Amino acid sequence: MDQLSNTVERSGASARVEHLDRVIIRFAGDSGDGMQLTGDRFTSASALFGNDLATLPDFPAEIRAPAGTLAGVSAFQVHISDHDITTPGDAPNVLVAMNPAALQNELGRLEAGGTVIVNEDAFDERNLAKAGYAANPLTDGSLEGYKVYEVPMTSLTQRSVESLGVKPRDAERSKNFFALGLVSWMYTRPVDDTIAWIEQRFSAKPQVAAANLAAFKAGHAFGETAELFDHPYEVDPAPLPAGTYTNINGNTALAWGLIAASQLSDLPLFLGSYPITPASDILHELSKHKRFGVRTLQAEDEIAGIGAAIGAAYGGHLAVTTTSGPGMALKAEAMGLAVSLELPLLVIDIQRGGPSTGLPTKTEAADLLMAFYGRHGESPLPILASHSPSSCFFVAIEAARIAIKYRTPVILLSDGYLANGTEPWRLPDVADLPDISTTFATAPNHTNDKGEEVFWPYLRDDDTLARAWALPGTPGLMHRIGGLEKEDGSGNVSYDSANHERMVQLRAEKVARIADDIPEAVVEGDVDGAELLVVGWGSTWGSIDAGANRVRARGHKIARVHLTHLNPFPRNLGDLLRRYPKLLVPEMNLGQLSRLLRAEYLVDARSVTKVRGVPFTASELEQAILDTLGGLR
Amino acid sequence: MTSPDTLLPIPTTTRRDWSSDQEVRWCPGCGDYSILAAVQMLMPDLEVRREDTVFVSGIGCAARFPYYMNTYGMHSIHGRAPAIATGLAMARPDLHVWVVSGDGDSLSIGGNHLIHAMRRNINLTILMFNNQIYGLTKGQYSPTSELGKVTKSTPFGSLDHPFNPLSLAIGAEASFVARTHDMDRGHMLEVFRRAHEHKGAAFVEVFQNCNVFNDGAFEGVTAKQVREEMLIPLRHGEPIRFGADARHGVMLDSQAGARVVDVAEVGEDALLVHDESRVDPSVAFLLSRLARGPSEPTPIGVFRAVERLEYGSEVNTQIAAEVDSRGPGDLAELLRSGATWDVR
Ligand code: SF4
Repeated sequence: MDQLSNTVERSGASARVEHLDRVIIRFAGDSGDGMQLTGDRFTSASALFGNDLATLPDFPAEIRAPAGTLAGVSAFQVHISDHDITTPGDAPNVLVAMNPAALQNELGRLEAGGTVIVNEDAFDERNLAKAGYAANPLTDGSLEGYKVYEVPMTSLTQRSVESLGVKPRDAERSKNFFALGLVSWMYTRPVDDTIAWIEQRFSAKPQVAAANLAAFKAGHAFGETAELFDHPYEVDPAPLPAGTYTNINGNTALAWGLIAASQLSDLPLFLGSYPITPASDILHELSKHKRFGVRTLQAEDEIAGIGAAIGAAYGGHLAVTTTSGPGMALKAEAMGLAVSLELPLLVIDIQRGGPSTGLPTKTEAADLLMAFYGRHGESPLPILASHSPSSCFFVAIEAARIAIKYRTPVILLSDGYLANGTEPWRLPDVADLPDISTTFATAPNHTNDKGEEVFWPYLRDDDTLARAWALPGTPGLMHRIGGLEKEDGSGNVSYDSANHERMVQLRAEKVARIADDIPEAVVEGDVDGAELLVVGWGSTWGSIDAGANRVRARGHKIARVHLTHLNPFPRNLGDLLRRYPKLLVPEMNLGQLSRLLRAEYLVDARSVTKVRGVPFTASELEQAILDTLGGLR
Repeated sequence: MTSPDTLLPIPTTTRRDWSSDQEVRWCPGCGDYSILAAVQMLMPDLEVRREDTVFVSGIGCAARFPYYMNTYGMHSIHGRAPAIATGLAMARPDLHVWVVSGDGDSLSIGGNHLIHAMRRNINLTILMFNNQIYGLTKGQYSPTSELGKVTKSTPFGSLDHPFNPLSLAIGAEASFVARTHDMDRGHMLEVFRRAHEHKGAAFVEVFQNCNVFNDGAFEGVTAKQVREEMLIPLRHGEPIRFGADARHGVMLDSQAGARVVDVAEVGEDALLVHDESRVDPSVAFLLSRLARGPSEPTPIGVFRAVERLEYGSEVNTQIAAEVDSRGPGDLAELLRSGATWDVR
């Protein structure tokens, strides 16, 4: 460690450093090459250094596709900058390709004239053939126009660990740390944290730790000493608002938000969940936090996950089930039960490409209409969506607030991009978080015909229409609830048709009234006089922000509104939509929100859509906005 | 959340106190009435409060049960009662959670939840009313209907091989497995009490007569006049004997099977001594398969009652151990648990 620190100091003292305001780097290799780990570590070092950043992990659905094939390419894109950014960036400036398949797969994304760093050793005949190259792109001139650095990473890594007695085959596994060391040198990342991290992460296997460390140092030293590279670059810290920051992904933020909601509501947290990509990390995270009294059940299936949550909700816990699209389909009947029981419940859908198994590891946001209508009968429930990794924390608390206050299941939509993508998060002051506690019924609330004091579970609060909630264990309030239609008030089974219509309307009205209890939608950008309003929801937020700002930089006036509350919509949304001459709704589906807006407000909400498993780029939305504006002239 | 008067003595109650004000709506003559009566009669004798008792059901005739109990209750959706009850029992170990279900609800649409509740050994008392038919949907064959059964959906006779509910429960690692029938209140009371007292998942199959769609399905073994010769009462620690003058018995044979024998022929010492606490489930499994259907001598009573870790209490133990060793969770600390940096 000392040796490397010295190396770094020397390099700092001698070399010329070029300043960049931002850079987008894409690490790509075989699934077995550890590219996610490499990207993650580079991101953490940049976060600690103080850059603003956004990441986009992009990995295959197969755990380990055949080595060297196109199907097995795993990539991690990170955008670091010295100013506020909201997206992982469009075209990478730098591509690190660990093998021919990675180059083949990823080169098309790189900016014109971008930098390519390849592991030269991997470009043998077999790997070239597996990647579909007829000739070696490193020698046939096809990379002309790019800045190409050929680095024999495998052999340099092997040499660096020779003295440790590591077998060449095992040594080869450390080559991602060589790449990390090299790129860390190129962008003058601080190294001490990474060194400490390697030692800690691999502490159980000292030889692996030593090999990874040696490879990291070798990569770093190679950058400095090989005459290949002219000079390193630097991206200064971004002037972020003062505070304590951590680098957070959406699933962790969501899990922490649920723990916060449990504390703020004073209800124990219960999660019933079945493993599914990309939601499982919420189950993993919550399973760790027994100190907060969190109970997690890895259920036998998706239905049992929500079933157990309903049982826990009935028992007075803050109950949650987490899943992705296929699981949402399976949970539909139980969600209907929760609508009928009028119990608080959070149903969290980390959306992915569908239908069916679809694209499990790729992002999409095509479950919105399912969230609205994917149950039989009239069964409305509130729907919220997070828009950035860190927003998942706050949206989880807000979803819990609504569920508890209105005794209703709530659907929270996130997606694969938010789940795994990271950003620096200024930590909130816990004291500023809202109180979302509730009260339970403890005494009879009705006098029946016989003059007896009784408990009626479906007597409602006049304002919120929330029903009375008595927990099992409360003396004197024993009652039965169920999925059969209930008599208004008493909650007894009722097949009366007029009562059914009244109950259907009461349930709908209860959800509709939540509009009085949520913030109005806020327009950003050119609030006054904008030519066009971009309406978004979910993870398109960052791309819309970046795309709209590009159009504004061209002199156009563009307004934006981004919806967290999707059902009910904010009270002022209709007015906002009618205030601007043109509406554009970018979505990671085939136009689901635009359809809802058209139906609800009779407005010409134009749709721009993308279902390619990756977020919109800023330039795609810039173009879409320009095209829509063009139609105006 | 428990009653504020948990520490006070449990008030004396009568059967009436456990009956709700709802009119019971099963077909006249249905076996469900006598099961309900047995449960309502039993409750005052158990050391439990009404408010700490919850009946959870799915869908089917049996699933109406919670409405008739003056306790907390949930009539949920088809097959899911064990899953819902699992969450409730995990969240609220202070409650006594009963699951009431039928053969279609438990073994067909809800089979997965049932086996996993038993495997996890969730603290539940599961009563499965087996009438070998779908009653509520008016007479289709069920997963316990015999081969060849002619019903509305099997006009040429059923081709579906039926489940043996007790074999299934034993195979699913259930720690308590018993059988009783709707014609013998005393036996029901005894078996239900044992099931309630068991810590973990207790599974009870109740032979129940659906007089409308499958009348007399169990008559061959439960009718008063045949009972003595056709039901084999299992009593822990005693040789298994039945019939007039206890002249029949059950023994294990050299072919690793169990069979009915004449005691006079084999001698009392050859008989199998019933041991419900045997950890290995093989003998209980053999007993569950002694009769191929309710036309052969059929064992009733407690087949298996073993102690095993109960999932819900283990979850609480893990939580308590974590809180003990590291203190209760602190949210501000959690938010700072990853790498952090300060911007000034
Ligand atoms: S259909 Fe059969 S099981 Fe259902 S209530 Fe009538 S008799 Fe009982």
